Amino acid sequence: MERQERHDPAAGRIDDPWYDALASGWGELDGTVPAFAPPQQRAAEPDPGHSAADIYLEVQRSAAFQEVRARYRRFVIPAALAFLAWYIAYVVAATTAPDLMARQVVGAVNVAMVAGLGQFLSTFLLTWAYARHARLRRDRAALELRWDTQEMTRGMAR
Amino acid sequence: MSAGRDHQALALLLFSAFVAATLAITTWVSRNRRGSAEEFYAGGRLFSPMENGFAIAGDYMSAASFLGISGLIALFGYDGMLYSVGFLVAWLVVLLLVAELVRNCGRFTLADVIAARMSERPVRIAAGTSSVTVSVLYLVAQMVGAGSLVALLLGGSSGAARSWTVIGVGALMVVYVSLGGMRATTWIQIVKAVLLMAGAVTLTVLVLMRFHGDINLLLNTAADRSGHGKEFLSPGLRYGGGWTARLDFISLGLALVLGTAGLPHILSRFYTVPTARAARRSVVWAIGLIGGFYLMTIVLGFGAAAVVGSAEVKSANAAGNTAVPLLALDLGGGAGSTGGTVLFAVVAAVAFATILAVVAGITLASSASVAHDLYASLRRRHAKQHSEVAVARVAAAGIGAVAIGLGLLARDLNVAFLVGLAFAVAASANLPVLIYTLFWRNFTTRGAVWSIYGGLVPALVLVVLSPVVSGGPHALFPGVDFQFFPLENPGLVSIPLGFLAGWLGTLTSPEPPDEARHAETEVRSLTGAGAV
Repeated sequence: MERQERHDPAAGRIDDPWYDALASGWGELDGTVPAFAPPQQRAAEPDPGHSAADIYLEVQRSAAFQEVRARYRRFVIPAALAFLAWYIAYVVAATTAPDLMARQVVGAVNVAMVAGLGQFLSTFLLTWAYARHARLRRDRAALELRWDTQEMTRGMAR
Repeated sequence: MSAGRDHQALALLLFSAFVAATLAITTWVSRNRRGSAEEFYAGGRLFSPMENGFAIAGDYMSAASFLGISGLIALFGYDGMLYSVGFLVAWLVVLLLVAELVRNCGRFTLADVIAARMSERPVRIAAGTSSVTVSVLYLVAQMVGAGSLVALLLGGSSGAARSWTVIGVGALMVVYVSLGGMRATTWIQIVKAVLLMAGAVTLTVLVLMRFHGDINLLLNTAADRSGHGKEFLSPGLRYGGGWTARLDFISLGLALVLGTAGLPHILSRFYTVPTARAARRSVVWAIGLIGGFYLMTIVLGFGAAAVVGSAEVKSANAAGNTAVPLLALDLGGGAGSTGGTVLFAVVAAVAFATILAVVAGITLASSASVAHDLYASLRRRHAKQHSEVAVARVAAAGIGAVAIGLGLLARDLNVAFLVGLAFAVAASANLPVLIYTLFWRNFTTRGAVWSIYGGLVPALVLVVLSPVVSGGPHALFPGVDFQFFPLENPGLVSIPLGFLAGWLGTLTSPEPPDEARHAETEVRSLTGAGAV
């Protein structure tokens, strides 16, 4: 149960049904993300010349944030385009190419059945792949950015 | 339907038990609670991913999917299965593009996300309007469905029984929502999801046992007893007609897949968990549950065709809605047997629980849109925060009254198209603005407002001009003919229009995009900084 997100990434994993213990050791940890170093004096004492907007702009331009965003988009955009294309191809084939879809594969199972069950399977697989990618490649870096950003904006009127 | 007295009495008993249990939940969870907005709209944000995953599944799996899709499969074979696929694949859009980012940027509603980087008043009014429209369309479909379903399952098809069902369901949902808020609604969804999954698993296991686990035998028997032969197992029986029918299905398929991510009652579920990571994990749970459920509806649909026979399903109810209850009766040992009576009553009670839970979820989401978006933008200034929750409670009652009224008016009309329409409006008006807000740097307030109205208005206008409203024997108004648009579902045209309008609005915008607020939205959406 995840009552509160903690700095320790190991917390809150126990009841995750999709979490496979093996996956954590596959050498894809996010140690390679360049650390975002908040300027020291601002963390200690808010600079009156800096507004929250400046801080968000600064974080947005930082290498650490750019890396998190790139990792997210590099996975999500191709994956979204691929499954939408696969789904639309399936619907279009089902409505316009019934002969192809009616072709027998084995027993009573035809191409249409295989394609339909394939949609289920690809949905489950992509869900698993996305959850794993986010957990291993994005979560820790995003969490660190979150604490840093909140540290910088603390006590600042928004 | 030739239903005996026994299973009606038992079904009524189970209905009453469910209503009593949900009212007890409502009272229990709302004890000692302050009436804060956080509490009312988001249930305190402390649900676990597993709890929220069950609740999402409960919100999504309506009686229309349990009885309707299985019934379509029982009547039309493979073409019914296309729905199951569309309803599941839609969750990838939610998981990949929406859930985490929305959790990080918003507080209670869709409009919160857009208002994070746009001028607040116009986008709140626009997004609030489209959210309420989607909710009311969906709600009326569920209410009318509830009326005919309960009448069907309890044997009495009299007008009075259906009217009282609509009124009763409406009254109950108002009680759940205005007294219990999100916390009670979530627990009701969880209870309902567990009941629905248990019911579906039981029936699926019984069907597979009947055919000794031989899927091939099940499919062949279904094909034989359907009267269509092999064609039953491949697409084309329902949507294989002319080009209009084919385009219509493509339009519906697009609306299903893109609409789910714009449904207000689904979006508001992500605010009940503490973090974006928890939101992601709740969607993963939900995908597991929903995927399993729709796989079972396929078995149940083909099972009904194989065990009961398509002709008999059709003679009991032309839309196939009684396929699963009839299947349950047969699997339990046939009419008159104890097993059959019990299974039939259980299925009826599960269907009823499903409807009640779904309408409660939609009512809560639309009352949030009314109070948090529309009222908050249109009210006089300096009103206190406390009064917003009071407004939401009153709004829930108002929406309940509207839904009961429309449900009674539409009681005898064919409103099956309303669910597809709700998805189409959500996909045309809510999804484009959400995607642009989260992913497009140069998006502006004018783009947001145009995108919402540019999807909402065409979707509604095209439906009014479509064959479901006029110009045919099955239309809403069969007597008149102002039909102009050939498709029953507007999605194919209105979804691109929503995206196009947002793009045009942004291009023609006089004000430049606000770079700082875009930075804030982007940083917050991807890291969770400053999330509530």
